[in-house]
Amino acid sequence: MRAVDAIMECLKAEGVEHVFGIPGGANLPTYDALYDAGIRHVQCRHEQGAGHAAEGYAKASGRVGVALATSGPGATNLVTCIADAVMDSVPTVFLTGQVRTELIGTDGFQEADISGITMPVVKHSILIQDPRDIPKAIHEAFHIARTGRPGPVLVDVPQDLSRADIPYEPVAKVHLPGYQPTTEGNAKQIRLAAKALANARRPVVYGGGGVVNADASKEFRELCVSDPFPVTCTLMGLGAFPADHDQWIGMLGMHGTRAANYAMDEADLIVAVGARFDDRVTGKLSEFAPRAKFIHIDIDPAEISKNVPAHIPIVGDAKNILPKLTAEYRALGADSGRLEGWLARVRGWQEKHPLGYEDSSDSEIKPQYMVQAMFEASDGQAIVTSDVGQHQMWAAQYYGFTRPRQWINSGGLGTMGFGLPSALGAKVAQPDQQVVCLAGDGSLIMTVQELATCVEEQIPVKVFLMNNGYLGMVRQWQELFWDRRYSAVKMGHSPDWVKLADAFGAKGMRVTDKGELVGAFRDALAEDGPVLVDVRVTPEENCYPMIPAGQAARDMVG
Amino acid sequence: MGEPGTKEVLNLEDLEASGGIRTGRKHVLSLLVENKPGVLARIAGLFARRGFNIDSLAVGPTDDDSVSRITLTVDGAAHPIDQVTKQLHKLVNVIKIRDLEPSDTVARELALFKISCQDGDARAQVMQFTEIFRGKTVDVSKRSVTVEITGVDDKIAAFEEMVRPFGLIEMVRTGEIAVARGRGAT
Repeated sequence: MRAVDAIMECLKAEGVEHVFGIPGGANLPTYDALYDAGIRHVQCRHEQGAGHAAEGYAKASGRVGVALATSGPGATNLVTCIADAVMDSVPTVFLTGQVRTELIGTDGFQEADISGITMPVVKHSILIQDPRDIPKAIHEAFHIARTGRPGPVLVDVPQDLSRADIPYEPVAKVHLPGYQPTTEGNAKQIRLAAKALANARRPVVYGGGGVVNADASKEFRELCVSDPFPVTCTLMGLGAFPADHDQWIGMLGMHGTRAANYAMDEADLIVAVGARFDDRVTGKLSEFAPRAKFIHIDIDPAEISKNVPAHIPIVGDAKNILPKLTAEYRALGADSGRLEGWLARVRGWQEKHPLGYEDSSDSEIKPQYMVQAMFEASDGQAIVTSDVGQHQMWAAQYYGFTRPRQWINSGGLGTMGFGLPSALGAKVAQPDQQVVCLAGDGSLIMTVQELATCVEEQIPVKVFLMNNGYLGMVRQWQELFWDRRYSAVKMGHSPDWVKLADAFGAKGMRVTDKGELVGAFRDALAEDGPVLVDVRVTPEENCYPMIPAGQAARDMVG
Repeated sequence: MGEPGTKEVLNLEDLEASGGIRTGRKHVLSLLVENKPGVLARIAGLFARRGFNIDSLAVGPTDDDSVSRITLTVDGAAHPIDQVTKQLHKLVNVIKIRDLEPSDTVARELALFKISCQDGDARAQVMQFTEIFRGKTVDVSKRSVTVEITGVDDKIAAFEEMVRPFGLIEMVRTGEIAVARGRGAT
């Protein structure tokens, strides 16, 4: 069997139904095998689009996303996606073609050392040197991508090896002596954590993207409601706990709520689940949660005590650990009355500092209102993807996510241009759900070519463009911290987005009047095909509240 | 802290942080890694991007063809050693890591010294030092002697200090290798 046909068998054995990619010289054999392999291939317009689509697919479904690219520039165009996937722990497999083995190292046409280039940003990578290793490598790649702390795995296949004839036998089991993630969680540590929680008087539960990755939202919620603990999540954790729940105190971190940040600041015990104490969460590390002890549940032992020292580390899969912790905690029969003073204090912050903005008195569309209008038009049920910047933070603040995998964005790497391709991937994964990309005008233009993919492949994503004519978040920082010296942030001559959508064969709409916004969104959502709605919002609106970079929760402004 | 919430009393103040601690001493890490191309690059790259310094590094085959041994020394004053080992563990090709206890370890390094010897007197002295350090003279030319010394790094440093006044033309060191004492595998 040709090695590439074996690759298709392996993909199917791994349950792959969709792949995203672009063919080229070095992966021609792969595309020949794909021709009648019975796997749907979504032909993207740029490899970065394919990579982010694979990520969106993975984030929306929990399955491994797959992107294909050819050697050289095709592969290097995936680098941003791979870095993005490692930062946000997205289970992905990137399958690249490489030049023929005899050309490797000779600066051959379209040669790039992609396994070398991506070494710092992959969970693992495999450069094929013997075609007989290919089936094993593909299965190892999927196993590594989806188990433990998920992440991107690159498999680089030289063109000649991909055409080789190999004996193919289905691979039943992968054996990796150096890769055995801990999943169970130490029972003694779990008991100690339950005891600490039962003795805490000012506890906060802090969930991260790991809760979503572990499919442990239900288990997380069970722990949280064991007593009325205040619950906050990171940007990546949104949806792990429903935002309409009365224990929800909002997102924490740089643009989180005051209640969440103040609660962390005064807490005596913080239960961190699948979160990594990123600098956007902690602000100034030395002043982060100074009164707290930390229970840290994470599947990646290297996250324990990396940024913030853990007092009770528990390494393992949150889905296994949380039910045990909940049971241990409930068995202790702690008196929830001990929390009353604390809960009143947290509630006080929530009442005194709710998220808010000054709405316009005329037809002007405030960006925060735009997110609320999106929520209203979609009944709060859409899968929302976003680019990176102000609109992303406003979405996080104002679209109350109630279920996991409903919110798809680039958190760790902060990749502008992530929104549209990831929406495309999410829609392929979840065709029965509404998928809305809340885009920024600075970001959208970076990957707007994927509108062509949406039209051609009939992937009806809705792009709601928050158009303020600026690289808004950079402008905000220049306004606040750089003396209003607006350097290279005005978008100036942007395209006519309605015409652009039209040119791609999608439907374009424009809204400039607040009163028409919800109706326009409803119309867009009711359309069968892809739609781009250009929404003109207040150009210079700032995203608040905010912890200025490197400062502490107490220094929140706005 | 007032009334606890449960009969199972635990004072949160008594909890101590684990990990992230700088030990302040040299650590010898012994790694078993898969013998595959690029493994050393992954390890070196990991150290570079996490800002860890490698003081010395030695790589070689083991009795098993599919496995190589890497011995590296890291300054535990500069980095929390648990972060270093945990990050190394995340590399799929790293099979086993052991942070060797100094008191329970046999460590050796080999160094070659090329020393300038202008006359017979100097040469005689250098060869005498070599004897004292249980070294070997491995090459002699008209105006130089090359000496091989094995031992722990302190011994090599001491020898270096002795011969430096003669004019040290060059010194080459392998980096430390080590095994655990006793019957058990490292």
